[in-house]
Amino acid sequence: MKTIGISPHRRNFLRKAVGAAPAVALLAGAGGGLALAVSKDQPAYKPRFFDATEWATLTALVDRLIPADGEGPGALESGAHEFIDLQMNTPYAYGALWYMQAPFVPSIEQFGYQFHMAPRELYKSALAGVNTAVKQQAGKPFVQLSTAERDAVITQLQKGTLDIGEVPAKVFFNQLLQNTREGYFCDPVHGGNKDMLAWKMVGFPGARADYMDWVEQYGKKYPLPPVSIA
Amino acid sequence: MSDIKPDLKMQHVDAVIVGFGWTGAIMAKELTEAGLNVVALERGEYRDTYPDGAYPKTLDELTYIQRSKLFQDMSKSTFTFRHSITGVAVPYRQIGAFKPGTGVGGAGLHWSGMHWRVLPEELQIRSHYERRYGKKFIPEGMTIQDFGVTYAELEPHFDFVEKVFGTSGQAYKVNGIVVGDGNVFEGDRSDNYALAPQKVPYTAELFRRAAKAVGYHPFVNASSNASGPYTNPYGCQMGPCNFCGFCSGYACYNYSKASPNVNIMPALRMVANFELRANCNVVRINLDGSKKRATGVTYINADGKAVEQTADLVIASAFAYNNAHLFLLSGIGKPYDPVSNEGVVGRNIAYQMMSTIQTFFKEDTNTNPFIGAGGTGVALDDWNGDNFDHGPLGFVGGSPAWCNPAGSKPISGIATPDGTPAWGSAWKKAVKKSYLNTVSFDCHGANMTYRDCYVDLDPTYTDKYGQQLLRFTFDWKENDIKMSRFVTDKMMKVAEAMNPESIKVSVKNVGDHLDLRNYQTTHWAGGTAMGADRKTSVVNRYLQSWDVHNVFAVGSSVFPVGIGYNPTGLACALTYWSAKAIREQYLKDPRPLVA
Repeated sequence: MKTIGISPHRRNFLRKAVGAAPAVALLAGAGGGLALAVSKDQPAYKPRFFDATEWATLTALVDRLIPADGEGPGALESGAHEFIDLQMNTPYAYGALWYMQAPFVPSIEQFGYQFHMAPRELYKSALAGVNTAVKQQAGKPFVQLSTAERDAVITQLQKGTLDIGEVPAKVFFNQLLQNTREGYFCDPVHGGNKDMLAWKMVGFPGARADYMDWVEQYGKKYPLPPVSIA
Repeated sequence: MSDIKPDLKMQHVDAVIVGFGWTGAIMAKELTEAGLNVVALERGEYRDTYPDGAYPKTLDELTYIQRSKLFQDMSKSTFTFRHSITGVAVPYRQIGAFKPGTGVGGAGLHWSGMHWRVLPEELQIRSHYERRYGKKFIPEGMTIQDFGVTYAELEPHFDFVEKVFGTSGQAYKVNGIVVGDGNVFEGDRSDNYALAPQKVPYTAELFRRAAKAVGYHPFVNASSNASGPYTNPYGCQMGPCNFCGFCSGYACYNYSKASPNVNIMPALRMVANFELRANCNVVRINLDGSKKRATGVTYINADGKAVEQTADLVIASAFAYNNAHLFLLSGIGKPYDPVSNEGVVGRNIAYQMMSTIQTFFKEDTNTNPFIGAGGTGVALDDWNGDNFDHGPLGFVGGSPAWCNPAGSKPISGIATPDGTPAWGSAWKKAVKKSYLNTVSFDCHGANMTYRDCYVDLDPTYTDKYGQQLLRFTFDWKENDIKMSRFVTDKMMKVAEAMNPESIKVSVKNVGDHLDLRNYQTTHWAGGTAMGADRKTSVVNRYLQSWDVHNVFAVGSSVFPVGIGYNPTGLACALTYWSAKAIREQYLKDPRPLVA
């Protein structure tokens, strides 16, 4: 696992991540225009659902939920944000997998999701709400906060103590964290977990799906790298 | 829907089957063997190993687990829940605590393959406890009752189910003679399991060693994940399970996990007197003017047309609680009222109460949790049923415990030690360290039935056909929480004997309420309980409606009490028991089989 830091894939991702980071900040400051940096090998991802401001905020949020560090890839290297954008055009994001019949009545947490918005609407409302709330608190948008300030905002979302408008903060936090983890660990076919970096980090072999020879090899490290269904 | 007029009428058949999971498929096989013309109606789509389980597309955690590919489509129909009879129920909008199936094969296509019989005493749970501990031992409000059938009567059917499923396991005794190191608490067996037990992955082996060290009786539990090549009595073939780790929630690409699709459908395809219609959602069982005889069913087909299918015999084999829903919508039997304690349909709803112990080990332990199969593992029954003296403990019921390496995958499957944050670098570090170095095991507690835990029709919410949803009134009770905490405490000794770096325990506290957010088990029971007394049961001991004699209900809906084991083995044995009564008694002389 320690080789992740020096692999060619890792180098590519780092190059792209370094290229993208200032662009995100600049974009938010300029308030428009998709000016994401383009690496030599691959064009930067262009969001299909989120507008520029939403994209910048979402990117900055997922980056803190799973940061890049010496342990392994961050959410941005794995493409978790791109995954979330791609998911927004699936039936799931339209709420088509959920029972969405009214009335929606307030209920205790144990009965699960009782909010009337499907993910598409929820993200739009909540991302705007986060920026509005942060501007009121700190006088600038989320992407211009320091990492420590960003973490403090996310903690407020998690605890449900930040008013982000119509969407209850906890509902947004749970949705965002779930989708970020999905994008981090899903099969790359869905646009996240690029080059299976997150699988390599934890030691998950993906769709190898045949361990007849390894069931009774107690305590031995599985020797083969992961495979994707893509 | 009661005023719905059919757009189409189908040719009359001898028997119509509502729902095509395990129990529907078994009934179809039995009734076609008896020479009947049989139509099975399945609300979901047609499914089979190909293409629904095709490699490698099926090995996709996001699609199958997070996006619930094979589970019930909640946008069409769901359930509502409340904790007490005075509360307002809200819908179960997203799949969480339980994962109901739909489609051909039902939940039997995506189940795990954990295969159990039942502890013999549990079939006579009330009389057993009263005899051993006195009548006062059973708390006020607990409505447990006997099944009305004995283990000895069911044994030949348990045996045949294991042969149909290709069940892999190790017996303890066969015909009274010790044959191996199986479950010392298991009921009498007339034969060995169909196949030898599966290999034991490392996590389960660590569990087995520790359980033995503390003096318990661990054994390799029976699984319907084939340990070798197998041909069942119907001529259907299975291949050996290769521990791919994509089992629970997935269709098996390898023909290794028993399913109606793999183990029964190939035989049914060969017979001319059987027809399976998918995308046909039965909305009610039709009764004649006397209300004592069913004339068939009405269903909505894929084109949205209402179709009448007349039949001489109606089998309700929808998933668990859905049989009660169908009976309530059709006016079969008197709906249960918890206030007056009268009526029967919807009564005695039970679930299961899980607790989980996770043990975390040092790096490079390599427990390799990606290796697994849904039914694989090591279990112990020392604290299940009445295998221990309840006298001084003051609760009814127990809990099997097992380490079941079903294949943990990273979106949903990485446990982290207590105190780990949900996000950030600390979460990532813990996930990275824990994935290959964790052993997790469960106590799968039985849930007793209570006067105020039941199902009825929801007054507010409807499904896509405008039918009232099924409403659950259900919460945990002190008896069951005491049981769960007692067994979990016993199992902590096993965790400690493993000598891990840290232990994390998830167990209910007294006063905790049913939580629908995180997966627990899909094993609901009851609603159309079987029994010897028509005042407390919906179907008699042959699973025949007391009120409408040509309607039978099969599946875990007929359990009058929850059991600790996974219910499929018992549900299927009861189905063969009912089919035998239909074939040998009812078809010759259609009438109530119990006066």
